[in-house]
Amino acid sequence: MNWPLVPQQFVTGLLNGGTIGLIALGIVLIYKSSEVFNFAHGHLVMFGAFLTWWFTGGGAEAGGAVIDLPLWAALIAALIVSMGIGLLIERFALRPMTGQPLLAIMLMTLGLAQLIEGVTAILFGVELKSNFPAPFSPSDVLVIPFPGAFGDAIRLKYTLVATFAAATLAAALFIWFFNSTKTGLAMRATAEDHEVARAVGIKVRRVFGLSWGIAGVIATLGGVLLATVSGVSLNLSTVALIAFPAILLGGLESLGGALLGGFAIGLVQALVQASRLIEVRNSSEIAPYLLLLVVLLIRPEGLFGQKRIERV
Amino acid sequence: MAILRPAGDFDRTYEQDMALLRRPWHYWLLGISLLAAFTLPLWGDAYLISTANQIAYTVIAVQGLNILTGYTGQISLSQAAFMLVGGYASALLVIHAGFSFFIALPLAALAAGAIGLIFGLTSLRVKGFYLAFATLAAQFIIPWLSRHTFKEYLGGTDGAIEVPLPQLGGVNFGEVSNFYYISLVVLLVTTVLLFNISRTRLGRAFVSVRDNDLAAELLGVNLFTYKLRAFFIAAMLAGLAGAIKAHSQRGVGTEFGYSLNESIIFLGMLVIGGLGTNLGPFLGVAFIVLLEDFSNLLGGMLAGVFPELSGQLLTSFRPIFFGVALMLFLIYEPRGLAHRWQLLRAGWRLRPFAR
Repeated sequence: MNWPLVPQQFVTGLLNGGTIGLIALGIVLIYKSSEVFNFAHGHLVMFGAFLTWWFTGGGAEAGGAVIDLPLWAALIAALIVSMGIGLLIERFALRPMTGQPLLAIMLMTLGLAQLIEGVTAILFGVELKSNFPAPFSPSDVLVIPFPGAFGDAIRLKYTLVATFAAATLAAALFIWFFNSTKTGLAMRATAEDHEVARAVGIKVRRVFGLSWGIAGVIATLGGVLLATVSGVSLNLSTVALIAFPAILLGGLESLGGALLGGFAIGLVQALVQASRLIEVRNSSEIAPYLLLLVVLLIRPEGLFGQKRIERV
Repeated sequence: MAILRPAGDFDRTYEQDMALLRRPWHYWLLGISLLAAFTLPLWGDAYLISTANQIAYTVIAVQGLNILTGYTGQISLSQAAFMLVGGYASALLVIHAGFSFFIALPLAALAAGAIGLIFGLTSLRVKGFYLAFATLAAQFIIPWLSRHTFKEYLGGTDGAIEVPLPQLGGVNFGEVSNFYYISLVVLLVTTVLLFNISRTRLGRAFVSVRDNDLAAELLGVNLFTYKLRAFFIAAMLAGLAGAIKAHSQRGVGTEFGYSLNESIIFLGMLVIGGLGTNLGPFLGVAFIVLLEDFSNLLGGMLAGVFPELSGQLLTSFRPIFFGVALMLFLIYEPRGLAHRWQLLRAGWRLRPFAR
């Protein structure tokens, strides 16, 4: 461990973890309401980032786009479009799969992921888009004195702080919606038992559609937050894959757990980079997966998940 | 699939009961396809031969996945990573230990099988998509190890090492028409083995684990050993395929693919061909490889028309076509092409009466 680096990495990791947690939340939401594990969520994240980029006029260089919106308007437009995409996915890809075995549903989302990747490439091009409108420049840094740290201070990039604030705010808002509104109650009831939910008059199909729509919105938010830090490219889907270890760590059924898992994964990634050994530093991209293996071996249901009891 | 047979069609001897080839047309079909496969280099052009070579080693990998996912029901997203292990093992044995390729090939399969066992251990603790995550972790960890450890042997962050051609007598295996025979013979061996696995105790135990693991355990199937055997066989076949691919492309490493995408495509091939059927891997791999060739062709043609978009046109049709094909198959024919073939045969047998 390179101790002087640890405070800085701790804070950075925690801030990055907010976005991971938000992305993880979208997957948990769909899993809770319809027991579909959405492997395409990372690609929805990427697509949302590309959409926002396009609405801000990012494609203008290529001579195509006429739309040139400010970032907030572009974000709203992208959120509406991605909500529609979520609804379409539910209607045309997942609804025919109701009652199919786990492998088939999993492969459906994997096929969906491939489709989204191809469509994104053909619509927006394959090269890295570096002209994503960032609200802050990289030099906007908040310096907090911290004796003992490297340079006796912790430097916080405004971008990171803003993404963290946005991610946690969105996550909190969403958890409030899920726990305290009538629609949220309907979604929770559907998650418990589809048949009972229908018996008390909840339109289960509408709830499925709604949860996919919301998941699309969350994915796009997450994508925009990732993009402000790392730019828009097809790699965003792989970056978003580290939400999977976060979910398993937090437990598949727990929204708060997903958020906490996100923080934990962000921390692990950042702290690994504070090591003195170059081999360990390089492993920050696979450290979440090693953690995933450990979680699976020790406590497969995660920290806050439900332990499964199998009946035959 | 000797289960659904017309009334009055009995086996009178043990040999008849055990026969793989039952009807005259079975012999004819097998004979013709073997003849076509072995004479392909004589009448096919270079493109056809290299496609056939690619199909052959891909089928081996998908056959392994079929044992694990199709028969045993354990979802695996790491078949491509096990191919990478096999490719490296064979290459290192040939380069540094001076082994002949034909000795290194089975050793590479064993090496991949051993790595498969390690990751298969998680299957004892978890199943369903929890297991999918464990194999997903393998799919990230193995390629990462190949890039960041033992750099002088594994090629480091370049993700590629050169692999020599197999040596046997005076045959030049640089020609794909000669190399094709290696893939073909290995494929024949694995096919015969798998046909027999699927109808012996081992295969029936696999199927019982898939259908209900608790019931299987009560019937005396030891989940511990049988799940690990499935992982071992799957990884071994992936290792074989990887070794052949490495020597055929004369290079191995993450630069040559072996990514999560490839693992997903293997699963897609298996589902499109037909999970848990012996015919499935052949049909699925042929379908997807031809579909990919078609999408490359289409992309190339369109790129000729719109040269300013060539970057995205060349790469984006492949995932779109694969994704759409997989989704359509899952919705409309989840039992895959092999089931269509069964329906066709049944329809032919009952010809004047049904369909």
